[in-house]
Amino acid sequence: MSSSLAIQINALQFRWRRNLPEVLNIREMNVACGERVFIHGPSGSGKSTLLSLLAGVNLPTAGEVQVLGKSLGTLSGPQRDHFRSDHIGFIFQLFNLIPYLSVLENVTLPCRFSRLRKNKVLNSNATLEDEALRLLKHLDMANEELIHRPITELSVGQQQRVATARALIGAPEIIIADEPTSALDSDMRQAFLQLLFQECEATRSTLLFVSHDRELEPLFEHQIALDEINQPRRDEQ
Amino acid sequence: MAIFSLALKSLINRRFTASLIVLSIALSVALLLGVERVRTESRNSFANTISGTDLVVGARSGAINLLLYSVFRIGDATNNISWKSYQHFAKNPLVAWTIPISLGDSHKGFRVLGTNEDYFRHYRYAHKRHLKFREGQPFKGVYEAVLGYQVAKKLHYRLGQKIIIAHGAGMTSFALHADKPFTVVGILDPTGTPVDRSVHIPLQGIEAIHKDWVNGRHVPGMKISAQQALEMDLTPKLITAFMVGLKSRIATFRVQREINDYRREPLSAILPGVALQQLWDLMSIAENALLVVTALVVAVGLVGMLTVMLAGLNERRREMAILRSVGARPIHVFLLIAGESLLLSLVGVVFGLLLLYTALVITQPLSRVIMVYFFRSEYLHRANR
Repeated sequence: MSSSLAIQINALQFRWRRNLPEVLNIREMNVACGERVFIHGPSGSGKSTLLSLLAGVNLPTAGEVQVLGKSLGTLSGPQRDHFRSDHIGFIFQLFNLIPYLSVLENVTLPCRFSRLRKNKVLNSNATLEDEALRLLKHLDMANEELIHRPITELSVGQQQRVATARALIGAPEIIIADEPTSALDSDMRQAFLQLLFQECEATRSTLLFVSHDRELEPLFEHQIALDEINQPRRDEQ
Repeated sequence: MAIFSLALKSLINRRFTASLIVLSIALSVALLLGVERVRTESRNSFANTISGTDLVVGARSGAINLLLYSVFRIGDATNNISWKSYQHFAKNPLVAWTIPISLGDSHKGFRVLGTNEDYFRHYRYAHKRHLKFREGQPFKGVYEAVLGYQVAKKLHYRLGQKIIIAHGAGMTSFALHADKPFTVVGILDPTGTPVDRSVHIPLQGIEAIHKDWVNGRHVPGMKISAQQALEMDLTPKLITAFMVGLKSRIATFRVQREINDYRREPLSAILPGVALQQLWDLMSIAENALLVVTALVVAVGLVGMLTVMLAGLNERRREMAILRSVGARPIHVFLLIAGESLLLSLVGVVFGLLLLYTALVITQPLSRVIMVYFFRSEYLHRANR
């Protein structure tokens, strides 16, 4: 049944170094394909660490992380890099974009590194630019003038939408959004989330949305409280 | 390829800093190659000054001193040698040809060299190239002169011009041989050697203008006209040095020993190639110092680039994180940074080369510049003031 699960965590333990205290200890955590999951927890509860493990940037000290049925621990470094670029789109809190590239170049950037995502776009009978424009249009960013503006002259909200289009291009199976709305005001936040959901639905991507902002919680079909499932042992030092 | 275009765009984004780095690299490269070029050119022009001459003979002195005054016409001879000794060795069966040289006079700061027709026949420079006439022909009469290329060019002299030789090597000498003017009958092609800066007259001419002079002074009340002098015996009694070409180079050391051991007069015979090498070795300290300084300039240029790149690295952490998140592998990030530096260095080197060659084209051919610098001898310089 693991193939229908986007993410499957088993007896995960993680510490940064052997003599440092344990940061993560999660017995089990499953996310089904196509789900929209809200992961919340106070600062320092290990949210970012968990994301780095899901992305394969770090490997668990013990236990197993499976993404799309692949156990990340069995892959080599370059294989994990490949896997990440093929299957996961990222949206960060701030400064998501490469300042010296244009809006369209930023959006199509993942296709430079992932042949899989590039081919997905090209197989749907569109050029990379067409697809980028289509996504930007869906995110209310297709305005001619906006597209040709330098990245540094876009508002934070506009930047986040460009970053979203970039995460979505080539329809990766998983979108990881790390507090993407914290720099936006509440009206913008709602609108941004609506667009994000809509697009994830269209590409049937699994959305992992990490935030400490509980107001957004009701909008998601599934919630995970990290401070509840994460029980690091603090006794053994 | 993707990474290369990223590097390019990133550099264009930071074009101001990037162009400064390119400039500093370009300048240091141009400097390094320029110095290297000057080195080889001056070494070549040095080695090219004299060729095909087996021995240079003068009064007893050091090899470098003899070479300097006889070949480079820098400084003065310690002593003269007698015509008899010269005749003795000129008639040696092992000797193919000789060129007598008599120095000591000047014309407007250019050295006057007394010699005979053998000079134009046997003197060779660079790779055994003979002197060629641009205009006119070798001197035949006593009061005729052949000019080096630079002399004619600087002083705007033509064939038929009358010139007056000054006693001593100063430009504003008061002791002029004004009563015995010389007529220009030939102008030589440029050689890039001290020949270009010499005025050549016959040995008899030297003798004639000094008929009424004793011990370097005009004898008061004594007056011998040009015409009268011609009727006197103009065989020189003294010359400054002579060059020797041997029938076989194998005999070089034998003849050299014979000259050095000559009983009647203390003489020195030197191998010009060896003396040139010694002279060059003397200069190699300065030459190496120059090279070291230049190498440091290049190092500074590169360190400057490194500094800018490393300082930028901290600011670009974010950029690298984003690149990693969209699938760039560590090797990509490395290539991005290294590629930028490589690109900057390449562009810098290309610009440096362009800079150097433009400079070479704009200025005169470098060798000419060096020669002018070298052979405006210290002595003449001082005398000019």
